[in-house]
Amino acid sequence: MRAFRYARATDPGEAAALVAGVPDAVYLGGGTNLVDLMKLGVLRPGLVVDVSGLPYDTVAHRPDGGVLIGGAVRGRRLGLDEGIRSRFPALTRALLSGASAQIRTQATVAGNLLQRTRCPYFQDTGTPCNRRSPGSGCAAIPGVHRDLAVIGTSDACVASHPSDLAVALAAYDAVVEVRRPDGEQRLVPIHELHRLPGDTPWIETVLEPGDLITGVHLPPPAAPSATYRKVRDRWSYAFAVVSVAAVLRVEAGRVGDVRIALGGVAPRPWRLWATERALVGTDPGDDDVRAATRLAFADARPLPGNAFKLDLAADLVAAVLRELR
Amino acid sequence: MSAGTGLSRLEGRDKVTGAALYAYEYPVEDPLYVWPVGATVANGSVVEVDPAAALADPEVVAVLDHTNAPRLGQGGIADQHVLQSPDVAYRGQIVAGVVATTPEAAREGAEQMLVRYVERPAKVVLDPSDPSLEEPTAAFGGHPGSDAKGDVDAALAAADVVVDRVYTTPTEHHNPMETVATIAQWSGDRLLVYDSNQGPWTAAVAFGALWDIPPERVEVVTEHVGGGFGAKVRPTPGAVLATMAARVTGRPCKLMLTRQQMFTMSPGRSATRSRIRLGARHDGTLTAVDHDALQYSSVIHEYVEHTGAATRTMYATDNLRITHRLARLNLPTPRVMRAPGHAPGMFALESAMDELAYALDLDPLALRLANEPAVEPAGGLPFAGRHLVECLTVGAERFGWATRDPTPGMRRHGRWLFGTGLAASTYPALQRAATATARAEPDGGFHVWVGAVDLGTGARTALWQLAVEALDAPPSRVSIHIGHSSHGQAPLAGGSSGTASWGGAVRAACTALRERLAEHGGVVPADGLAVTGSTEPPPPDRSRHSYGAHFCAVRVDADTGQVRVDRLLGVFAHGRPLNARTAHSQLLGGMVMGVSMALHEQTVVDPRLGMFVNHDLAQYHVATNADIRGLEAHSLERADDDVTLAGGKGVGELGIVGAAAAIANAVHHATGVRVRDLPITLERVRGQ
Amino acid sequence: MSGDVVLRVNGEDRVLHLDNRVTLLDALREHLRLTGTKKGCDHGQCGACTVLLDGERANSCLLLAVAVAGRAVTTVEGLADGAEPHPLQRAFIAHDGFQCGYCTPGQICSAIGMLAEAAAGLPSAVSADLAGTAAVDLDDEEIRERMSGNLCRCGAYAGIVAAIREVAGG
Repeated sequence: MRAFRYARATDPGEAAALVAGVPDAVYLGGGTNLVDLMKLGVLRPGLVVDVSGLPYDTVAHRPDGGVLIGGAVRGRRLGLDEGIRSRFPALTRALLSGASAQIRTQATVAGNLLQRTRCPYFQDTGTPCNRRSPGSGCAAIPGVHRDLAVIGTSDACVASHPSDLAVALAAYDAVVEVRRPDGEQRLVPIHELHRLPGDTPWIETVLEPGDLITGVHLPPPAAPSATYRKVRDRWSYAFAVVSVAAVLRVEAGRVGDVRIALGGVAPRPWRLWATERALVGTDPGDDDVRAATRLAFADARPLPGNAFKLDLAADLVAAVLRELR
Repeated sequence: MSAGTGLSRLEGRDKVTGAALYAYEYPVEDPLYVWPVGATVANGSVVEVDPAAALADPEVVAVLDHTNAPRLGQGGIADQHVLQSPDVAYRGQIVAGVVATTPEAAREGAEQMLVRYVERPAKVVLDPSDPSLEEPTAAFGGHPGSDAKGDVDAALAAADVVVDRVYTTPTEHHNPMETVATIAQWSGDRLLVYDSNQGPWTAAVAFGALWDIPPERVEVVTEHVGGGFGAKVRPTPGAVLATMAARVTGRPCKLMLTRQQMFTMSPGRSATRSRIRLGARHDGTLTAVDHDALQYSSVIHEYVEHTGAATRTMYATDNLRITHRLARLNLPTPRVMRAPGHAPGMFALESAMDELAYALDLDPLALRLANEPAVEPAGGLPFAGRHLVECLTVGAERFGWATRDPTPGMRRHGRWLFGTGLAASTYPALQRAATATARAEPDGGFHVWVGAVDLGTGARTALWQLAVEALDAPPSRVSIHIGHSSHGQAPLAGGSSGTASWGGAVRAACTALRERLAEHGGVVPADGLAVTGSTEPPPPDRSRHSYGAHFCAVRVDADTGQVRVDRLLGVFAHGRPLNARTAHSQLLGGMVMGVSMALHEQTVVDPRLGMFVNHDLAQYHVATNADIRGLEAHSLERADDDVTLAGGKGVGELGIVGAAAAIANAVHHATGVRVRDLPITLERVRGQ
Repeated sequence: MSGDVVLRVNGEDRVLHLDNRVTLLDALREHLRLTGTKKGCDHGQCGACTVLLDGERANSCLLLAVAVAGRAVTTVEGLADGAEPHPLQRAFIAHDGFQCGYCTPGQICSAIGMLAEAAAGLPSAVSADLAGTAAVDLDDEEIRERMSGNLCRCGAYAGIVAAIREVAGG
């Protein structure tokens, strides 16, 4: 780990000023991924600006049923929030499915969105990785990629996004509030926060230097019926092989509204738009749901070691909608 | 209080309050910190090590590489000959070490090291068609490389039913919670090492051989160890590096491997591939058993996992053949891991027995009962206790096996498919040479010293109980001292042999002391009275093994293929344990590792880079608390299993052997899918 | 790159001059000689380093010491009430909830934090009812899930669950 300067910001303007013009500066929230990657030598900041004390640590429920979750809210705090638990069950389940209770004590909502892929090559500086070291190549495509993405990938990178929370936020159509260094607020739909790798996998989000995620806005839920199911290699404390967040409203026996997002399959939470369109207005059986899920995989680029995720995802979506109906 | 009862651990309070000191935690004056640098090629040579960037930090005080490291003696094994040549035999092999005044500076120095290599093509995949496979004459543990009786080929050709299947287990890593840790300190030509290992005396011998000094000049201190499971049986390359750094700098040097480094700088378990062929008559009589086992070692040291060894002892047959073959790969030398040989080998054999039962339309329990041998099938030796049949029948009764419908894939409730399976277990009852010293003090106190180590097995407590019993002294007056090489010759903790061996020596020393005291009319001389006792391994006149049976109930998510073990019940025959409570915990712990082996554990090799890809605890999955439910371990204490001076047979490995097969058999019963390759991942259950 | 940090550990303020890179875990072990808190993975993947931070369980390996200055840190050494061990410490001995003992301080600190979470009504991934606000009734499934951030390679999970169940029930 490279030696670094540490500063604690007491207000957002100070945070922006501290990092301005310092290309190797990073913000520190909970640190559960940042410190991890610094120890591995994957991240080598020269300046760490602690923003965990900034006043973005509240969950505010609005009269219209929407919610603003502060970017510095920690997982434990979010899990305790009664309004979220009762009205956004998929979000709570996703949150509680992620990491361990200890990590949730520390980890922040903003940091969760910005956590890096757990691709093993990204995390090992002794290997090629275009995301970590632009132009060095991708070791995962010809190597071990079982846990990596099957869609939204490129020839340069097949990393998957590891978050659970973000998958639920995608199903709830969250909007990310970003504070620019000049103090202006910018709203970024969750679906647009993470960039697909293309030829530049090292550019992971649409954020610009000095941008700070101050909160996540949840519009009123499309339906009260929602859940999150995570398929993993053990029953707790493991990243998703595939996960699904689904919000479903049934009207007169037919799908009135449905929002489905997958985790573990793509470089960002993967919303199944085509599947949703195909299901609305129908009374689908399991096979119909599977077929509709495959519609969303038309552009999938599975690799030999992870092609099983396509069928698994289809089965999982079918199982979850069966449970919700 | 006497041996056999479930006394809680002597060091329990120290462990729950944080007072127990593990190797890295001993206070030393002005220490330096050592950070190893691992090779980033799998085969080749170091052509240049440039330490300039590392040494630019004033906190970095030394950099060791093959050009400047102290020369070691010829003793020890190849893996321990750290920095003695530029050759790289596997990725992660230590090519340099950075020594600094703080661990932070040492780590950053290691990151700054520039190492250039010439790279050669590497072979890292276990391939049965590899033309250069070796047929070793001996496998680990004194087992023959190959072994045959009768005419297996003819018997297979004549059999009514033949099962011919291949079963594989992956490379696995022990991952004890405490990584390898060492503090090394020289005073002249005397070496003091606080070290996390499985045998302080054997470690002292190894350090002495490496440094060409008598082992008496090496003191290895190993009071508490954060788990071993085989990872710490010998001084690891990192421990050797720490002694080198201390030699070069003249200061105490501390090294603690990172979790990531543990995957290459301490050993793992070899991947195995077992082709099992079973021939049987329609009535279930086994007529042929053939176990052809392939495993690997590194290119610098031969270690042959004795994957076929358990097959020698299990089932009656006139025609038996066991073959071990060895691939030499550019991977770290594998080594023993909990139930070496038997854990992977019995996964294969006990899965094949289940397949044979289905092929014969026989109950898997009945098939095993029908092939119970009178003597050891391979060698013809009489058994020194067995009770496999009793384990199976008692287990069946406790589990409720009798009502089982054998039809696979039939029991679905909601999203879950349910199934049950069984498998047998066995492990050798080993005993090695050991010494212990017992001393009576004039004030009525007793001290017993033995070079034992307690990896969490409960050895300290059990040996103390044994000493109290053998001395027939008030418990409060008896002190046990373990964990120092200077306590005398003692075997390492491995192969479930530790407590039996040390216990034999403790009993011998304490019994001899009582006799000497009697000679003195029961009066302790003014300067005390000390007696050293020792034991030797028993002659190979009988087949000494413990046995057991696992019964397992699983549920499988029909949508996803995820497996959950709902119940795992084991019945084990191992004779009288010194401490029933810690023995029970050992059996449960073995079963937990069995669940983990069955469902989670695999070290994945990148075939191009020769890298263990998933080298941390987020990616190398071991069972969590949430993965374990419904565990039951029951012990049968039968007098003819009391074959050691300490009492019964070891229990450290018995719980893991066969557990993976019982789970795989239950998954087959639940789903109809036979998974022959561990671990039983969801995509394998899904048939993908 | 370094500076004075006041760490409040087990109720006592300790002033240390620390490199910014030093984690809370290494500050405890290497600078304060509080070696009861263990390093198992150093990446938040095993739980051996769990301490209580302002009463909440956290992985000390992922916390920069400089960033927790002034916050209350409780380690396994600070759990006993004088000479009297914490009830969970006693229960771990009584139920043989450990073998090698290396994960044990983290398990015990984690369990204390977990009991507080359950009392506050925090659900877990296996809770059927997310919306309830009352203290959670900790059955074995709940305990197992909530303790899964603490690996035990010796496989003492049955004893760990029994020890926590006893204390939770009392």
